[in-house]
Amino acid sequence: MADVDRCETCGRWGAELQASLFAKGRAGRRGVMPPVWRGDDVEDGLPADLRRDAPCDLPSLSEPEVMRHFTRLSNLNHHIERGLYPLGSCTMKYNPRLNERVAALPGFATLHPEQDAADIQGLLCACKLLQDALCEITGFDACSLQPAAGAHGEFLGMLAIRGFHLANGDDGRIEVLIPDSAHGTNPASVVMTGMKPVTIASRPDGRLDLDVLRGAVGPKTAGIMITNPNTLGLFETDIVEVARIIHEAGGRLYMDGANLNAILGKAKPARMGFDVVHLNLHKTFSTPHGGGGPGSGPVCATAELAPFLSGPAIVETDGVYGLVDDGSDVRPSIHSWHGNIGVCLRALAYILRLGADGLTRVAERAVLNANYLRARLEDVLQVDHADGCLHEFVASGADWRERFGVRTLDVAKRLLDYGVHAPTIYFPLIVEEALMIEPTETESKETLDAFVEILREIRREAEADPETLRTAPHTTPVSRLDEAGAARKPDLSWLGPCNCG
Amino acid sequence: MTSDDRIYSKEHEWVMIEGNIATIGVTEYAATELGDVVFIELPEPGAQAGQGDAVGTIETVKSVEDLYCPLTGEVVEINESVLDAPELVNESPLDDGWLFKLQVSDQGEADTLLSAADYDALIGG
Amino acid sequence: MPYTPHTDEDIREMLDAIGVADVKDLFAAIPAEAREGADLDLPASLSEEEVSRVMGNLAAMNVGQDELVSFMGGGVYDTYIPAAVDALASRSEFLTAYTPYQAEVSQGTLQVIYEWQTFVSRLTGLPVANASMYDGATALVEALLMALAKTRRSKVVLPETLNPRYRRVVETYLRGEGVEILTAGRDAAGATDPSELAGLADGTVGAAVLQTPNYLGRLEPVDALAAALGDSGALLVAVVNPVSLAVVKPPAAYGAAIAVGEAQPLGIPCGWGGPLLGFLACEDGLKRQIPGRVVGRTVDNRGRDGYVLTLQTREQHIRRERATSNICSNQGLNMTRAAITLALLGTEGFRALGEANLKRVAALRAVLGGIAGVDLPCAGPCFNELVVRLPGAARDFADHARAHGVLAGIPLDGVAGCGAGDLLVAVTERRTADEIETYGNLLRDYLEARDDG
Repeated sequence: MADVDRCETCGRWGAELQASLFAKGRAGRRGVMPPVWRGDDVEDGLPADLRRDAPCDLPSLSEPEVMRHFTRLSNLNHHIERGLYPLGSCTMKYNPRLNERVAALPGFATLHPEQDAADIQGLLCACKLLQDALCEITGFDACSLQPAAGAHGEFLGMLAIRGFHLANGDDGRIEVLIPDSAHGTNPASVVMTGMKPVTIASRPDGRLDLDVLRGAVGPKTAGIMITNPNTLGLFETDIVEVARIIHEAGGRLYMDGANLNAILGKAKPARMGFDVVHLNLHKTFSTPHGGGGPGSGPVCATAELAPFLSGPAIVETDGVYGLVDDGSDVRPSIHSWHGNIGVCLRALAYILRLGADGLTRVAERAVLNANYLRARLEDVLQVDHADGCLHEFVASGADWRERFGVRTLDVAKRLLDYGVHAPTIYFPLIVEEALMIEPTETESKETLDAFVEILREIRREAEADPETLRTAPHTTPVSRLDEAGAARKPDLSWLGPCNCG
Repeated sequence: MTSDDRIYSKEHEWVMIEGNIATIGVTEYAATELGDVVFIELPEPGAQAGQGDAVGTIETVKSVEDLYCPLTGEVVEINESVLDAPELVNESPLDDGWLFKLQVSDQGEADTLLSAADYDALIGG
Repeated sequence: MPYTPHTDEDIREMLDAIGVADVKDLFAAIPAEAREGADLDLPASLSEEEVSRVMGNLAAMNVGQDELVSFMGGGVYDTYIPAAVDALASRSEFLTAYTPYQAEVSQGTLQVIYEWQTFVSRLTGLPVANASMYDGATALVEALLMALAKTRRSKVVLPETLNPRYRRVVETYLRGEGVEILTAGRDAAGATDPSELAGLADGTVGAAVLQTPNYLGRLEPVDALAAALGDSGALLVAVVNPVSLAVVKPPAAYGAAIAVGEAQPLGIPCGWGGPLLGFLACEDGLKRQIPGRVVGRTVDNRGRDGYVLTLQTREQHIRRERATSNICSNQGLNMTRAAITLALLGTEGFRALGEANLKRVAALRAVLGGIAGVDLPCAGPCFNELVVRLPGAARDFADHARAHGVLAGIPLDGVAGCGAGDLLVAVTERRTADEIETYGNLLRDYLEARDDG
């Protein structure tokens, strides 16, 4: 069984699990109260048939108790400052605190979206700067900051393609080709636009198969969704020809920009033949993951597709910024207002800080780190698609399964005991027992070397005592959870009474 | 474990026919391959289904698989127990974990399904 | 180069290990034609101090609700954010943590989500809530998609009094799905007419929406509207202000199947409209159709309580093209802020907050109702907003007020049956009695000057 003593040196968590907030506190305790009304007394005018019967049943805690509860909960999380997140396709790079400081400036944070343009000149200028920078980076002409996340951006980009075809009278163009290596959001986003995803088989290296492609295009082709570099971290070397095939068939090309970190300043989507792209600010542009959001997924597109992106446009005339809503019927709207502006401001700060020289080096360092790891892991993990990986690579745990009887899931869980977050696992679907590893450019050589040593050690454990892996993790605040039970009998909210009178 | 009192589909279902009523479930092989079943969607009694139609779903923690109808007919009964306790499919796929009963419209169609021996060959057993 | 550790020596050693001479060699797979024009025509890097200065100047050019007295609402509100929220939400452990897919190292995030789900359940009375959505508008879209999938129908009814921005988003999404959108008209007092709804709700309608308080601030006649659906089988979707749920009857009490809304007023800055925080809760029978992330409580293999993402087979990464929605992310950090805010408020603080909003709109009504020339066209109970009708253009008064440091509200021209003289005025708990009186004086002086001039 597990050598628990050895695990002591792996970084045993010093944190305690917490009882539910709803089991804490005591009736009568107060935290924060709203300001007292100091005006004339006035009836609130709420009729009895609209009034709540009994006050909402919430916990009653003092402020120090609330601080302690959430602080202790936070101690149960892995996070970037605690250690590495080698998650393929997530680009878990350092989140600069400078970005946090500038986004929180009251001159940005307190703006109401209904305020006149005169009150928000600085904000409009900032948004325009970001849009222009993203257009420069992607090679496109127009940008919408409205999508609140990557999948949201996919939806907008595909709506733009659909809108374009409808405006040209091509209602029959409803098929969108999607490689089988694609992320699940791709086909899901297509379905939401009313179009039909058509899966096309990739080559064994995950790249697009030109013959399959030629056979799949036709009069019903609306376009194609491609991740480039693809989900195996490989550049689509035939992309220019792919673009030619699609355009010739009357379709348009959408690029999923999740892997932009590999080609920033090295290749522009527009030059490759794409027509529209979404970017993930919370990946490539360093904005924080926040435990699952908020992200931002701006879309950049050609002038041809620009009329079909959401408005309004930011226009500058003689140094004065304004918002122009052309009142067009064909413009979609996918958010209450203009998108996750707070996240956009963070990305702008990052772009300003790095500048052209820094941004070009991001891809170089990211690709260097990934190739270094791949080279050093040669004798540890099986990497099939090894020709020139970019910022990430996919390994297969199939041989560990055969030799040691451990699955990729077990390796992932054992990594948690060593203070490292697991890589992306079981994606892409076309690689068996997949582990997708992306170190990003903000990790040092020492961290990468340590990661290699950890994997070597885990491999030794797999050989000597595979049960250690199969029952891992051992030192985390909780160990493997009963997911089947959670799905069969979902317990989704605290139903017990709370101590609030 | 297959038995000669049943016939099998390529989608890993077993079919036991008595008169013109077919009882249908998933095989042990399927139950093992799937892993822990957490949720099942069954067709409505009274629904008409053609051979090969997807009539429901079987969900595990990480996957959703279609449940196919192996013969043409009308659904006459469903096993309510598996709706409350989907783990029955893992624990007793051939018995308590049966899924639904079908009034078969064409007895001849049964010939298109696999014998126990043919199914064993399919799964390489 | 900022944020990366590489020295020349590091790079040399790494290139040696890889077996290439130059970093550029690592990009050989990118064909020359794809590399054309790749150089970035952007300014060179700036130091941290310079970036601070640039962004600081841009921020200083704006005039926000910290410098103006704001009576602006329409979906996002000027509310007070307790200091403890910023302190906790800025912790690395919450800020930089990834999505909680590896549950064993994400119990902090997962438990906060579970507690948020619990808060939303208790506020709405509906047992199942998710980890949040992008905003109130997309949450409404998701609710409609759920209802349509469940009923297998393709028609929805929206009230005329629905937030017009939400309507635009609903139209964008449902257009693609081939869904027909009907509108239930309002009455003279700015609430939905139940007989209009009754006339439209039949066996082809999958969902009927009510928003309460509605865009005009009016609390809708929820019982009459629910009754208007009769036995049509249409599901009732309620769009609600979460703060109002402290004092107003919750959606479960009037038979809503799904409740959604915008939780920005709970500890989230206005931020020029984003990031926001949508919430969604539903009855038990719909839990397998609920979109987005959901956390469940379970046990680990040593019997300890723990939390885990569950019901994942609804989601896009498994169902792909058969997913009910393409949503992947939630608004994690904003959800954390809102959960902390509710924890700080507690039962008493939350109720006091609801009452504070009710009281202030009543005070506003009393002050404005006493001004000659001012009409309050929407008679009936309101929550934290009401409509003021002025002679002449509302925009005119808004400009005048702005010149005096007050954001007077949102001109309603053309929205929800309102005209050019109508102004939507919001009052949150931040507005003092003095500020409301000042607003009244401003309006009185403006109207008198108009009459004179």
